[in-house]
Amino acid sequence: MMETLAQTDREPATAPFLEGELGPGPAWLQSLREKARLRLGEIGFPTTDQEEWRFTNVAPLLKWPLHAAEPGARSISAAEIKPFRLADDGYCLVFVDGRFRADLSNLPGQDAELQAGSLRAQWDGDGRELEQHLARHAACDANFFTALNTASFEDGAFVSVPAEAVVEQPVQLLYLAASERPGAAVHARNLIVAHSGGSVKVIETYASLTEAPHLTNTVTELALGPGARVEHCKLQNENAGAFHIAAVQAVQSRNSHWLSHSIATGARLARNQIQTRFNAEGAEAILNGLYLARGDQLIDHHTVVDHAQPHCESHEFYYGILSGRSHGVFNGKIFVRKDAQKTNAKQTNRNLVLSEHALINTKPQLEIFADDVKCTHGATVGQLNDEALFYLRSRGIGADLARQMLVRAFANDAVERITLPQVRAYLDQLLTGLFEGLDTSLAGHGQ
Amino acid sequence: MLEIHNLSAGVDGKEILRGLNLSVRAGEVHAIMGPNGSGKSTLAQVLAGRGEYAVTSGTVTFNGVSLLEMKPEERARAGVFLAFQYPVEIPGVNSTVFLKAAFNECRKARGEQELDAVEFLALVKKKTKLLELDPALLNRAVNEGFSGGEKKRNEIFQMAVLEPKLAILDETDSGLDIDALRIVSGGVNKLRRPDNATLVITHYQRLLNYIVPDRVHVLAQGQIIKSGGKELALELEQRGYDWLLAGAASNGKP
Repeated sequence: MMETLAQTDREPATAPFLEGELGPGPAWLQSLREKARLRLGEIGFPTTDQEEWRFTNVAPLLKWPLHAAEPGARSISAAEIKPFRLADDGYCLVFVDGRFRADLSNLPGQDAELQAGSLRAQWDGDGRELEQHLARHAACDANFFTALNTASFEDGAFVSVPAEAVVEQPVQLLYLAASERPGAAVHARNLIVAHSGGSVKVIETYASLTEAPHLTNTVTELALGPGARVEHCKLQNENAGAFHIAAVQAVQSRNSHWLSHSIATGARLARNQIQTRFNAEGAEAILNGLYLARGDQLIDHHTVVDHAQPHCESHEFYYGILSGRSHGVFNGKIFVRKDAQKTNAKQTNRNLVLSEHALINTKPQLEIFADDVKCTHGATVGQLNDEALFYLRSRGIGADLARQMLVRAFANDAVERITLPQVRAYLDQLLTGLFEGLDTSLAGHGQ
Repeated sequence: MLEIHNLSAGVDGKEILRGLNLSVRAGEVHAIMGPNGSGKSTLAQVLAGRGEYAVTSGTVTFNGVSLLEMKPEERARAGVFLAFQYPVEIPGVNSTVFLKAAFNECRKARGEQELDAVEFLALVKKKTKLLELDPALLNRAVNEGFSGGEKKRNEIFQMAVLEPKLAILDETDSGLDIDALRIVSGGVNKLRRPDNATLVITHYQRLLNYIVPDRVHVLAQGQIIKSGGKELALELEQRGYDWLLAGAASNGKP
C-alpha cells in the first residue's frame, strides 16, 4: 500500500523532467542523453523516503516556476565579475546562466601547455577526447540529478592537460547566476582530464549576481591518468534562495593524486556529492571540506571513496560550522573492495554547532570486503571551548571577537589544506565577512 | 588598588571562598600561600571573571570601581591580568594575531592610539628579550605544543606586553626549572612599578626568593587566616601549614 502511494506520488513529480528538450551535441552524446533521460523516469524525483535523500528535502523545487535559464537577459560587465575572479591574469572560463562567455573569459593560447575551453567548442571540433570521457564517469544509474544533468546540460568547461605537463597557473571555472526571473535552472557540466604525469589546479566557483532563487545542477568529471596530480577546489557561495546540487566524480589511475576541496557557504539548500574511484594501485586522494551554514540553510555532503584496487590511500577531512537554524548533513562512504588489500583510508568529520537550534546529521559508512586494510573514521559534534573563550577574553578581547577568532580557527584547518594562495586569500575575506555576521551568541557559556 | 571585602564564592554549588578580605596597594607585591584546595586558584579565577564561579557575597573594588559587575574583557582592559596556572592551547589562533588584538583592545579602552603591525612587532621583539622567549613561538598557535615552561614564560611575556596594573600570578612557578624560574621572576621584577601591583599565588616559598613580597597571606578553607611580612613565607616553609590550621580550627573558624 505504502509502496503504491509512493510510486503514484513520484510520477507526477518526475513527469515535467521527462518532457524537457535534450541538450545539444553530437550523436554519441545524444545517445547518452537519451539513456540518461530514460533513467530519470526509473529513478524518480528524490524524496526523503530514499536513504540517500533522507535529510535533504528537494521537494520545494517542484513548486518552483522552474525553467531553463535564458541567457543574455541582462548584460554582464567585466567589472561585475571581477570580485569573483581569483587571479586577474589567470585562466578563467566564465559562464553566465550556464552560457559560456568568451568575451569575459581568459583562455589559454594555442601554444599553452594545456587546453581549456567550452564543451561546445570541443564537440564542434575534434571531440575524440570528449567522447572518451564525457558522461562516462559520473554514474547516472542512481542519481536523479546527475541523470537530469546528462540529459539536459547545454555547455560547460573542458580542461585537458597533456602528459607530463605541469601547469602552475590555476584554471578558474566561474559560474554566475544572473537571471532576475525566479526559478532559472542551469545544468552545468565540466570535464577535467589530466594525462599521465600531468598536473593542474582547477577552481570551480558558483555564485549569484541576482537575488532571485535559482537552481544550479552541476556535474564535474575528472579523469586522472597514471601519476597525474589534480587539485580541484569547489567554492559555492550562491544566494540565500538558491538550490545547488553538485556531483564531482573523479576516476584515478595508478599513482595519481587528487586533492579535492569543497567549500560550501551559500545557497538555501546545497547538496554536494564528492566521489572518487581508484582504478589502479598506488592512487591517493585527499578530500577536504568546509561547510558553513547560517539562518535556515541546509548544506549536505555525501562523499564516496571507492577503493576498488589495492595499495591506495584516502584521507578525508570535512569540517562543518552550523549556526542559527541551519542543518548540516555529512555522509561519508568508503568502499574497500574484495581485492583492495593494503588500503589505507581515514575519514574525519568535525562539526562546530553554534546554536541550540542548529542540527547536524553525520554518518560514516564503511563497507570493507578486504582483510588487510587500515580504515579509521571519526565524527565529532561540539561547541566552542569555554576555557579558550575565557582565556581570550581575559586578555581584553571582547566576547564576540573571541568567538569569531575561535570559529575562524576551526575553519583554518580546512583552508590551510588548499595550496592556492589566491583561494586562501579569497576565503580569508569571505569567511571574515561571514563570521562577523555570525550569530554565535549561544556559543560558549561565558557572560 | 584592590580591596576585597568579605568575598564568598564557589563553583557548582560548592562554597570555596568564605568571607575573604584582602587589601593591596599600588606598588606592592602580595603573596598568597596555602595548602591544596584552600581556594587560591578560585580567588584568581573570580578576580579575572571566570563565569563558572558564582560570587555569593562580598565586594571587590579595583581602583575605586566594582570589579564583580565587569565582564572578563572589561577587567582586562581596566588593567587586571591573570597569568594562568594551566594556560589553554588554542589551535588555529596565531599567537601574534591574538596578542595584537588583545593589546589594541586594551589600548582602545584606555583611549590610546592602536599600534600598527610594525610598531607592535617592535614592541614584541623587545619583550621577548626580557623573557628570553624564542620569538619563533609567536608564529605558532596560542600555547599549542609549547612545553610547560614555555607556556608559563608566555604568560609573563603577555603580561609584559599588556602592562597591567594588577597582575595575578597563579602558581606561575609550578613546572618551571630553576633557570626558567629565574628568568620568569626576573621579568616580573623588571615590570614592577610604583603604580602597579602583583598578587603572587604559590604553593612554595621558592618563588618568593626571587619575587620578594611586601606581604604574605595564608589562605585556608576560603579565608585568610594569617598575614605577615616576607619572613612568614620562610616560617611556612619550615613549619608547614598544620600549626596555622590547628590554630584557625580552635578559634572556631570554619
